[in-house]
Amino acid sequence: MDNIAGTKSSLTWAVHISVVALVLMWVLPTFGLLVSSFRTGDQIVGSGWWQALSTQEQQLSPIRIEGDEVPKDGGFVIEGGLFDSAGAVISAWGTSSREPSAFAPGAVADLGEGRTLTVSEAGDYLLTSPTTLAGERLPRVFATAATPPEFTTENYNNVLFSPLAGQTIFQAFMNTATVAIPATIIPILIAAFAAYALAWMDFPGRALLIAAIVGLLVVPLQLALIPLLQFHNWIGIGKGYLGIWMAHTGFGLPLAIYLLRNYMVGLPKDIIENAKVDGATDFQIFTKIILPLSFPALASFAIFQFLWTWNDLLVALVFLGTGNDQQVLTGNLVNLMGSRGGDWEILSASAFVSIAVPLAVFFLLQRFLVRGLLAGSVK
Amino acid sequence: MNPALQAVITIGLGVGGCLVYFYGSNLFLDKVLYPPRGPNAGRNINRANMIRPWLFLFPAIVLLGLYLAYPVVATLWLSLNKQVGTGSEFVGFANYAQMMSEEKFWESMQNNMVWLVVVPAMSTAFGLLAAQLTDRIKWGNIAKSLIFMPMAISFVGASVIWKLVYDSRDAAVAQIGALNAVWMKFEGGIWSVLFLRVLPVVLLLAFAAAVAWVAWGMVRVVLQSDRAVGGLEKLARGLGALVGLWLVYVALSWAFGAVRADLPYGVPQQFLTIPYWNNFFLMAVLIWIQTGFAMVILSAALRGVPEDTIEAAIIDGANPFQVFFKIKVPQIMGTIVVVWTTITITVLKVFDIVLAMTNGQFQTQVLANYMYDKLFRAGDWGVGSASAMVIMLLVMPILVWNVYNARKEMR
Repeated sequence: MDNIAGTKSSLTWAVHISVVALVLMWVLPTFGLLVSSFRTGDQIVGSGWWQALSTQEQQLSPIRIEGDEVPKDGGFVIEGGLFDSAGAVISAWGTSSREPSAFAPGAVADLGEGRTLTVSEAGDYLLTSPTTLAGERLPRVFATAATPPEFTTENYNNVLFSPLAGQTIFQAFMNTATVAIPATIIPILIAAFAAYALAWMDFPGRALLIAAIVGLLVVPLQLALIPLLQFHNWIGIGKGYLGIWMAHTGFGLPLAIYLLRNYMVGLPKDIIENAKVDGATDFQIFTKIILPLSFPALASFAIFQFLWTWNDLLVALVFLGTGNDQQVLTGNLVNLMGSRGGDWEILSASAFVSIAVPLAVFFLLQRFLVRGLLAGSVK
Repeated sequence: MNPALQAVITIGLGVGGCLVYFYGSNLFLDKVLYPPRGPNAGRNINRANMIRPWLFLFPAIVLLGLYLAYPVVATLWLSLNKQVGTGSEFVGFANYAQMMSEEKFWESMQNNMVWLVVVPAMSTAFGLLAAQLTDRIKWGNIAKSLIFMPMAISFVGASVIWKLVYDSRDAAVAQIGALNAVWMKFEGGIWSVLFLRVLPVVLLLAFAAAVAWVAWGMVRVVLQSDRAVGGLEKLARGLGALVGLWLVYVALSWAFGAVRADLPYGVPQQFLTIPYWNNFFLMAVLIWIQTGFAMVILSAALRGVPEDTIEAAIIDGANPFQVFFKIKVPQIMGTIVVVWTTITITVLKVFDIVLAMTNGQFQTQVLANYMYDKLFRAGDWGVGSASAMVIMLLVMPILVWNVYNARKEMR
């Protein structure tokens, strides 16, 4: 915009670099979590996610030898491999936590009582003993190894279908959907009718009502928690889905009415007046003309409300119970952060399940979201 | 009943119920109550048209009144009462007095004030920067969309994302948190001096100079302006200048600290437990989320700046910086204020980030989480409601300002 008359700004390259830096700062944290969610637990703690593609040299958690003994040369032997998958290269190993790298690969360790253990570079071990090993606890191997990059979808399988914080993420996902979908759809029609009245009907007190709605837009919903919980208890619905649907509907209405009214005011006056002259009632004008024309605004609000209800934590904590069939994704995630704070393979996969739907909605419907934002704030 | 089934039925009942209500009530009005026929047709049409708006508004008004207006009054009442057994007793301002005597409350207030200054300012600044830069390049739309993306992520999800960034491990093993990995690269050499002492000092001094300039601009109008300045505006400008002065002081003392500080090189840092500074690591999460919002709105406003004002400035020999700060920014000031106030409201309600990352420990408590603590962990509805009223009180100026503007527009 600054380059008129063909003068090219000398700062262009600086602009490109700055934008790249900004974008990286805004994308990398999320990307890091995404990469982590596909790594195994060992790999995550072994190196940062930015090294996910390189081989890592690290001390592995101890692996206990297992296998059936086979008689051989008057004694017994157990053979096997330390790793399930090929590719790891052992650089040193040991049999006690005090000396985890006492032996080089291929060296023979004396375990006492005539027993010996040897571990090869590829992780194949050979345990020999003059007496039977049946029923005994076999020794553990402490290995320092270079392991190749390993990616897995096991984390997602794990969090989706095994209960970690009392319930599976899949169940929490269903609960969240159960909260968000009705809470998105129900306010739309109520708000649309009200917005039509505020935009196109003349009646005393209209200006006052609009001002009140603008005021209610910013009332913190923190104030509503206790009085509404009391109210829900009083009418007998207590904590549950019905309560949270109603709460989300109430909290979403000011924005819905405000957005839709601003949009409807801008619709061409002629159409509505023509329709009135032709004998259409207000109800007909609304359903046949206004509603179809307002589709972009309705879509904007629907996206806002959906993102908000899907991502909400506070309203769910207060108006929903904490049982397995009611806890939502955000609540489950907070619990996981408390109880499984260090298990990044679980946390990252759970977090991604919870943000996948909003992200998909965001990227697919960004056009409407931006339009709604602009209608809502720029006046 | 299965919740999913209940949801489907509720959607059906909700949408169907709305349609039936609106259709039915209009039908009743037109066919039964005031039919536009017979001897009183004219009068009936007028009467029906007087009632109809209220038919359209009725469900919305009931819900708004019940779910937003009534709770304000009820919370005020609750904050003046104390629970005694199953009943309650009027205690006047005793709850407020008790709240004021709690250290945690003042900690929350103090933190909230810092949040209120830092988050809107940084989000707006980054948003303005991103908007201006992305408007000038070809792949700007992709860049915008990526910076905007965190808007869709829940506060809890963002907390998980940033907890990984802040993660800290023993110095002997590899760091998996990006911030600590970078931190461990510094060991006191020339690069450490450049990045951890010189750069922050330069940035802070630049910031202090910018704030001082803005603050001076605010006062100057009052001191030497030709136009009359209203009392309220004088007050606002004075207040703004005071906040600016305080910011200059903070920036200078930080710059001083950056020069003198004895940095613990080679020791992984637990960023979320360092007193005072951990607040800023929490704020970074919200800034990260809100910048996209600021960018989208400011970018639209920047595109709305009339081309000829910019062209005139360039012909007069203004450089890109002058064009930006002297021509564009003053013209979008109104939008900047809107963005700022919108983010301010979000900040006042911030709760999820603090709950998920520190739960208010290590001196990071904020009002909304303090309130949640009181209401649902301590079960003290009186003090909890009192702190909710404090949040309402802080929102009040913005509420009044918004209503005032909306009414001005309507005329």
